[in-house]
Amino acid sequence: MKILVTIKRVSDPEAKLKIRPDGTGIQTEGVKFVVNPFDEIAVEEALRIKEKHTGEVVVVSIGDKVVTEQIRAALAMGVDRGIFVNYTGSYDSYDVAGILAKVVEQEQPDIIILGKQAVDDDMGQAGFMLAEMLGYPQAAFASKVEISDDKKTAKVTREIDGGLETKEVGLPCIITADLRLNTPRYASLPNIMKAKQKPVKEVTVDALGAVVKPHVTIKKLTEPPKRKGGVKVESVQDLVGKLKNEAKVL
Amino acid sequence: MGNVIIICEHKNGELVKQGLSAVKAGIDVAKGTGGKSCILVMGSGMDSVKESASHYGTDMVLLVDDPALAGYTAEAYTIAAHEAIKSMQASLVLSTTSAFSKELLPRLAVRLKAGMVSDVLSISTDGGKASGFSRAMWAGSMVSDVSVDGEVIIATVRGTAFEHAPRVDTASEVKQVSVTINTQALRAKQLEVLEHKSTRPQLADAGIIVSGGRGLKGPDGFKIIEKLADLLGAAVGASRAAVDAGWVPNDLQVGQTGKIVAPGLYIAVGISGAIQHVAGMKDSKTIVAINKDPDAPIFQIADYGLVADFAKAVPELVEEIKKVK
Ligand SMILES: Cc1cc2nc3c(=O)[nH]c(=O)nc-3n(C[C@H](O)[C@H](O)[C@H](O)COP(=O)(O)OP(=O)(O)OC[C@H]3O[C@@H](n4cnc5c(N)ncnc54)[C@H](O)[C@@H]3O)c2cc1C
Ligand SMILES: Nc1ncnc2c1ncn2[C@@H]1O[C@H](COP(=O)(O)O)[C@@H](O)[C@H]1O
Repeated sequence: MKILVTIKRVSDPEAKLKIRPDGTGIQTEGVKFVVNPFDEIAVEEALRIKEKHTGEVVVVSIGDKVVTEQIRAALAMGVDRGIFVNYTGSYDSYDVAGILAKVVEQEQPDIIILGKQAVDDDMGQAGFMLAEMLGYPQAAFASKVEISDDKKTAKVTREIDGGLETKEVGLPCIITADLRLNTPRYASLPNIMKAKQKPVKEVTVDALGAVVKPHVTIKKLTEPPKRKGGVKVESVQDLVGKLKNEAKVL
Repeated sequence: MGNVIIICEHKNGELVKQGLSAVKAGIDVAKGTGGKSCILVMGSGMDSVKESASHYGTDMVLLVDDPALAGYTAEAYTIAAHEAIKSMQASLVLSTTSAFSKELLPRLAVRLKAGMVSDVLSISTDGGKASGFSRAMWAGSMVSDVSVDGEVIIATVRGTAFEHAPRVDTASEVKQVSVTINTQALRAKQLEVLEHKSTRPQLADAGIIVSGGRGLKGPDGFKIIEKLADLLGAAVGASRAAVDAGWVPNDLQVGQTGKIVAPGLYIAVGISGAIQHVAGMKDSKTIVAINKDPDAPIFQIADYGLVADFAKAVPELVEEIKKVK
């Protein structure tokens, strides 16, 4: 079984961010970058499927040279090999899906797992766009994945509004990982060492035959107005008094 | 000058309330651009949905009623939506952000070869077109103004950022669209929906929300705040930590990657105030925080902060509110 996992390099969710002087992006100096947390969950799930059903796990990341750091981080978790799509221009989720579709054409994986959203742009589109481009079924917001013994279908529990849904999809398919799917493992020291030897193939968008032409362009970033903290109340009585007489919400 | 299509979810024969935010946004854009506004509803056995959808003041309703749409799958609904939209000259396709629209609209965008923006906070129009969108990024720590190229634009809109379209007496014209869907070929089947049953209001509709976090220590802690919620007629919410621990169902998670809410009153109990949580509730009108740590970040955004152990403070609060109610 071959599983392809996509990983995006994103600023650490804990990082304090500042807007770049040109106003269209964030300053990256001094900011720590990590694998998008949802993609880390996707990697973990792929490794678990491989451990159960045998096969190969491949990760792909699109960006400039620095994204190879995140590819190495995935390799250190146990992924077999990496694909680095060298692209330094701007892109949107549609473009990501278009590039990934070409990678899928070459690699022919049985399952492709993406994060449900990238926590920097919070778009949450690439996985579903990729599914439509390939004509594959999708299991969005997965919290549990079971592959059938004949490896022809996946039964996936999904987090939806109001509860949970189970869906059966035929392979090859797209899965997007949600928070409750698993807890990603830490890379062990021996695996970090081993990761240095694992193959990472570099390709360009042109060589893949993909066309990048963003529909969505960020014109300007601003910091939203900060909510002002109010007061600390002394007691429960004090709180109820203020809610009733000042905020008038009781 | 194109038309605006608003894809609406329905439940029990009625449009889902949250979806009315997109209807309002869509009607306003159509007014700005001179196009027509049109609700699109899809499903199987749609008589009462048809009636419901025709009373929200749009110029038209498009209806797809087909047995192949009986159990929801994004795969089948994408085909249905595409067929319906092809019959109109659409320049903008909207839906309110939800689990339903999040996985459907990107597929539809590819079918329509259109760019998509997610969870928008505002839409501006210019020269007969929706020209600009604003949206949150990085867990709400930034707002971006974006432009989208192309003949058609796809967008989900944040439910809390737009008013609900009101119900009107006059009925819109309904146009039925027939589709052919080969469900077998789609390789996707809904097997089961496990609804989290609750008698309390839904997070999205609630005027008051009482949310709990890791500080509640377990499901018993939630029982304590549920008493407060029931007294106030409030919905119960939770931080990711509480959901991850399995104390409450997944669909109660409030935050960047859960539900975004903006009730009149939000009471956060035993929640530290991580940026990912705050992203989901910071637009609430009044925020109350109860936390035993005086330095918890949640106090920086709360209108009223009470430094206390919840196990003592929340039952007291229940008694005190009973007195004044
Ligand atoms: C990719 C990603 C996505 C995320 N998405 C979300 C999201 O959508 N929503 C979300 O909420 N989080 C999200 N998070 C998690 C977020 O970063 C925090 O970890 C989480 O919100 C913390 O939950 P908490 O406040 O309940 O727990 P903690 O941070 O552990 O806080 C518990 C609080 O309880 C207080 N406390 C303890 N005992 C008591 C007591 N007896 N009485 C009163 N107070 C007490 C403590 O002082 C503390 O402040 C996400 C994180 C990542 C990385
Ligand atoms: N530059 C990238 N390289 C690899 N995968 C990506 C990239 N951007 C997005 N993805 C994948 O697509 C998912 C959804 O991204 P988005 O649509 O931007 O929210 C992410 O969780 C990643 O798995």
